[in-house]
Amino acid sequence: MSVLIPCNKSSYIAFATAALLLIGLFPVPAQAQSKNPYAGDAKVAKVGEFQFRSNCAFCHGLGARGGGRGPDLTRAQKRHGNSDAEMFRNIHDGIAGTAMPAAVGSIGVAMTEEEIWQVITYIRSVQVKAPAQAAGNSAHGKELFYGSATCGTCHMVQGKGGRLGPDLTGTGAARSLDYLIDSVRHPSKRLAIGITEATKEFSQEYESVTVVTSDGQKFMGVVLNEDDFTVQMMDTREQIHMFEKEKLKSFEKSRESLMPPYDQKMLSDKDLQDIVAYLLAVGSSREAAQ
Amino acid sequence: MSRAIRMVGVVSLTICALGISGRVGLAQVTPQRLVDSSKEPANWLMYSGDYSGRRFSALDQINTANARTLVPKWVYQTATTGKFETTPLVVDGVLYGTGVDDRAYALDARTGRPIWQYQRALPGDVRPCCGRVNRGVAILGDKVFLGTLDAHVIALDAKTGNLRWDVVAVDYRKGYTFTLAPLAIKNLVIVGVSGGEYGISGFIDAYDANTGARKWRFNTIPGPGEPGHDSWEGESWKTGGAPAWITGVYEPTTNTTYWTTGNPSPSNRGAARGGDNLYSNCLLALDPDSGKLKWHFQFTKHDEHDWDATQVPVMIEDGGKHLIVQANRNGFYYVIDRSTGKLISATPYAKITWSSTKDAEGRPAADQDSSPTLEGRAVCPGAAGATNWMSPTYDPQTKLFYVTAREQCDIFSTAPQPYEEGHAYYGSAYFPNDETEPFWGALRAIEPRSGNLKWEYKHRSPTWSGVLSTAGGLVFTGDAEGNFIALDAASGKVLWHFQTGASIYSSPMSFAIEGKQYVGVASGSALFTFGLP
Repeated sequence: MSVLIPCNKSSYIAFATAALLLIGLFPVPAQAQSKNPYAGDAKVAKVGEFQFRSNCAFCHGLGARGGGRGPDLTRAQKRHGNSDAEMFRNIHDGIAGTAMPAAVGSIGVAMTEEEIWQVITYIRSVQVKAPAQAAGNSAHGKELFYGSATCGTCHMVQGKGGRLGPDLTGTGAARSLDYLIDSVRHPSKRLAIGITEATKEFSQEYESVTVVTSDGQKFMGVVLNEDDFTVQMMDTREQIHMFEKEKLKSFEKSRESLMPPYDQKMLSDKDLQDIVAYLLAVGSSREAAQ
Repeated sequence: MSRAIRMVGVVSLTICALGISGRVGLAQVTPQRLVDSSKEPANWLMYSGDYSGRRFSALDQINTANARTLVPKWVYQTATTGKFETTPLVVDGVLYGTGVDDRAYALDARTGRPIWQYQRALPGDVRPCCGRVNRGVAILGDKVFLGTLDAHVIALDAKTGNLRWDVVAVDYRKGYTFTLAPLAIKNLVIVGVSGGEYGISGFIDAYDANTGARKWRFNTIPGPGEPGHDSWEGESWKTGGAPAWITGVYEPTTNTTYWTTGNPSPSNRGAARGGDNLYSNCLLALDPDSGKLKWHFQFTKHDEHDWDATQVPVMIEDGGKHLIVQANRNGFYYVIDRSTGKLISATPYAKITWSSTKDAEGRPAADQDSSPTLEGRAVCPGAAGATNWMSPTYDPQTKLFYVTAREQCDIFSTAPQPYEEGHAYYGSAYFPNDETEPFWGALRAIEPRSGNLKWEYKHRSPTWSGVLSTAGGLVFTGDAEGNFIALDAASGKVLWHFQTGASIYSSPMSFAIEGKQYVGVASGSALFTFGLP
């Protein structure tokens, strides 16, 4: 199809008017700018910190160092994109498939484009310069993960492993080193805490559960979801069960993780470092971001 | 046959006799009908059901004996995203509700089929805090009234949904919005403003229902020279918040309307706004004709935890005493003599860690070590409060007060923040305290005079659903997991539940048409109604 270019003045005006109307009808995407207009401005970073505290710290913690729900944003490598444009999009539109909401005021207040750039300026100001690197040997960490440390029995990484615990493919990009190490040494210390907001109905908390059915069958596993009347669970053989609580002989739940605490005897500091190095390497790989 | 159901029968017979069976009569809703609303339990004429704030339905066709057989009757989809907080009204067979982004609609209350639908064309830069929500309309005469997210008050024709009048209350670009259902009294439409997150200056307005002309404005922050102005340090009163975002109640015998107010701004920073910060977090007794203040009672002085007092206050008579009670967001249940505004008692109904002493008037006083710090301090209840805007209910049959309690503690942080017009003004942040036990909730039945707990039904997570009580001996509530639940009002035993598929962020209501009782609740983006098979 060819495009006719108007050549006389009146038709040009008509064309321009039509073009303007079209722009009005189809608003340009919000991330019209791909570069942060305030990049490196310390004053703007301070203003952004106010915005961050109001709108983001609830999940991402004070100082953007990560909270019970949201990833550590001081990491140079961000799972869902590092460029200004990607960060703008993630804040403006939210991130599908995660608890990250669009900045329309469902959680916290709605944010203007200016405020989003202020927040990005702030995050850049607290971001560590070099990509996080663990001192360990990631190749050895992978061997341990699927070998003697038996992590892979319950945890999946890039499609390989078990289903009973969280998939750890993206965890290395999302969590701080301290968090990762602490989670291996003390797995029951902080089970994930779900949020019930309009943007996300539930997130799995990996509570341990033991049920006995009316015919005496016993199942142990993790809670996938639960309300006052029903429970959906995965047993240790990765079978999914769905029960009405009132029909069960017993139902017991615990926030003691099914994962054993890995103390020094089970896993030396060096081996733990290697496993963390493996998770970091996976987390920063391209596949992890898919 | 109970009196309530007989009444439903009389209404149906009247409609048949008028020869309009199968269609609905759209009788004018007079001010007197609103005053006498408890005499027509088939209709739900205002946000809380009647002027007392009790959210009690005198209908008893659905009762403890048959609640287990409840079934869905119809569902109306608003096809939106975001929290759906409306309590619909029902007048003579027509249901009037609202939705996200200032939708409004009239439905055939027997079938859910729309009669008209309205959606406001909102400006693109409206940025309400906490969701693009609306909690309902008021009705008076032949109009329904809506407070909008762009801070207008509008009147729609009850029969067509056409705009009858539209007035600007205030400039939304400064952070003002309306989310509440207005309250109609006499010939006035009364609204209170939202925006405590933006450093607004709060107010309650009354508009002429016929013309939209503003009749009065009560500024919830006293100006220079007015009593209470000296409760603000320096210029802090100018951006002090004190919104009034939940519907008030009204006492015709004394011609008093009671309204509640929200947090002082910035919510998490008390420095630079020293003083009690009147009339933030107050119960206000106002003359509806003039807007003049009769008395005030402040629940949380100089609040630093975002504990708005915007919970529907409930009028109760007890042994000749005229009481007004409130389970406050700060975790205390307050009993107040509404003739004088004096506190009778304040009792915790949820876990509180912020107050271990009471002041000379018996009011819980904040401990010094409860103030937020830069790195954060754990305080119970959390910022969302021990309850929030979801309605409680008072059942005159069981003589119990029922409230949704939230057991969630938060870490409160504070940092200086300059005010910038129209921008969020929190003075820092709060976040969940992950070190404590998992958050949970409960429906609590409280003896209204003593504040003692009679029974509780535990929710596995904190919920945002309000509560309805009915003459059928039932209380209805919802949970964060999406269940809509009927309980025995006397014992708290669950009699029935239905999975609606989304967290419930609304307060239920009940109505009857053609002799059949319904219970309605908003969930997800759909309005559900339930009835007997």
